[in-house]
Amino acid sequence: MSIDWAALGQVFGVSLAVTVGVVGVFTLGIVGTSRKELRPDGAAAAAATGGVTAQGGASALARSGAYACFALCAAVVAYGIYLIVA
Amino acid sequence: MEHITLLIGIVIITALVFDFTNGFHDTANAMATTISTGALGPRVAVAMSAVLNLAGAFLSVEVAKTISGGMLDEDSGIRPEVIFAGLVGAILWNLVTWLAGLPSSSSHALFGGLIGATVAAVGIGGVNGDAIVMKVLIPAVAAPLVAGIATVAATRLTYRLGRDRAPEETAKGYRAGQIASAALVSLAHGTNDAQKTMGVITLALVTGGVIAPDSDPPMWVIVSAGLAIALGTYLGGWRIIRTMGKGITDIQPPQGFAAQTGAATVILASSHIGFALSTTQVCSGAVMGAGLGRKGGVVRWSTAGRMVIAWVLTLPAAGLIAAGAAILADQGNWGVAAVAVLAIAACGVIWVLSRRKPVDHSNVNEVGTSEPVGVVTAALQSVAPPPVGSIAGPGSGTDTTADSTTATTTDQPKAVATAGSAAPAASSSTSS
Repeated sequence: MSIDWAALGQVFGVSLAVTVGVVGVFTLGIVGTSRKELRPDGAAAAAATGGVTAQGGASALARSGAYACFALCAAVVAYGIYLIVA
Repeated sequence: MEHITLLIGIVIITALVFDFTNGFHDTANAMATTISTGALGPRVAVAMSAVLNLAGAFLSVEVAKTISGGMLDEDSGIRPEVIFAGLVGAILWNLVTWLAGLPSSSSHALFGGLIGATVAAVGIGGVNGDAIVMKVLIPAVAAPLVAGIATVAATRLTYRLGRDRAPEETAKGYRAGQIASAALVSLAHGTNDAQKTMGVITLALVTGGVIAPDSDPPMWVIVSAGLAIALGTYLGGWRIIRTMGKGITDIQPPQGFAAQTGAATVILASSHIGFALSTTQVCSGAVMGAGLGRKGGVVRWSTAGRMVIAWVLTLPAAGLIAAGAAILADQGNWGVAAVAVLAIAACGVIWVLSRRKPVDHSNVNEVGTSEPVGVVTAALQSVAPPPVGSIAGPGSGTDTTADSTTATTTDQPKAVATAGSAAPAASSSTSS
């Protein structure tokens, strides 16, 4: 009996890298398109004031970076569909 | 010839029923956390999953060549009676685990059923032990570990990166991401699992000489297999969705996104690299990983433990049922008829038991971990004489207003939980 350790290790490595990568990039996109919270414990306050302070607004750079992140994730999803179809 | 044609007709119908239970059982894989985080409403979620499963059935041209993946010597052992008995075992085990609200692998149930039927019909020589270790045992250990570890890391990372963002701000983004991942899981499920049924039906047709060996499945086989799995998915195994979405751990949007993305990645990576892992076990492992990855997150190990016991039991239990069915079906026409009648009766009993405490789209998100215990206890009590006092819990309160008992259902499982601590042992004894 031969256990295919190489394939198992490969599955583990690829899964770990891709999962962490995609989740990380997507989270960066979310962070880039959302406003910074006023205080670490001020979740309710930030939502209540509507975050109108200038300090909290996402900059154009952050925004375009975020869109790049989302585009990268969309490409990964497209590759996933390609894997399913192929 | 008449006899063979009728038998093959029965095999085809049984295969489609298995396909249906497969979709029904596995809705939770793609949609449980999607429903529990509120990314999609329950009915929208199952409808989307059903459509994607149907689409998945048509997507791939690569049809499963061997239904048992080399575990059986299919040239010698597989006759229509054996396939029929194996399918009956798999269907019944799927329904028992559904009644208990436990996610277990439909593929393993199918493998177990076919192995059990083969052993009963042609003896142990028809089974390839190495292949069982390679295809069932090792993946069963590896799947939850790989998915769990990947999801723990991803959950930690996403909470860390988003730590200075208000949850209200980010929830929408996480939900969108989660829907995309869930869609991939559904599509992959339709491609893989509908194909298994197509393989079974094609094999039955080849055995009966209806189509030539090594030919592709006819269009009507593809269409009916796709429709059966989609219909099962749409009806939704709400009990299992509740266990996975609420029972194992409490899922927040970032966790749901991490879990679903981890599951989709592991499923695609494993099938692409050629080390097939069970979708159900991957998704369950990812949900547990998401629970462990969040600070303050709790994994309810009692529920997870019951689930693992169900995984361990799946292959032998389905095999035992199938072996019994195979011995009976081997007796000739009346044997096959008896198996069919018994199987339908057993399905009916399970359905009636499930109506005692219905779980559907309206109450799928209501209660957590204790729910499956109550159901199993109820199932056990119908078989064995109940201990005095515990029967009042599951029996009396639910029959009247099952859909609107938001307030009362939270109390009942606690009352039942103590009585149901023997539940894992119970599920094994009632099934075999």
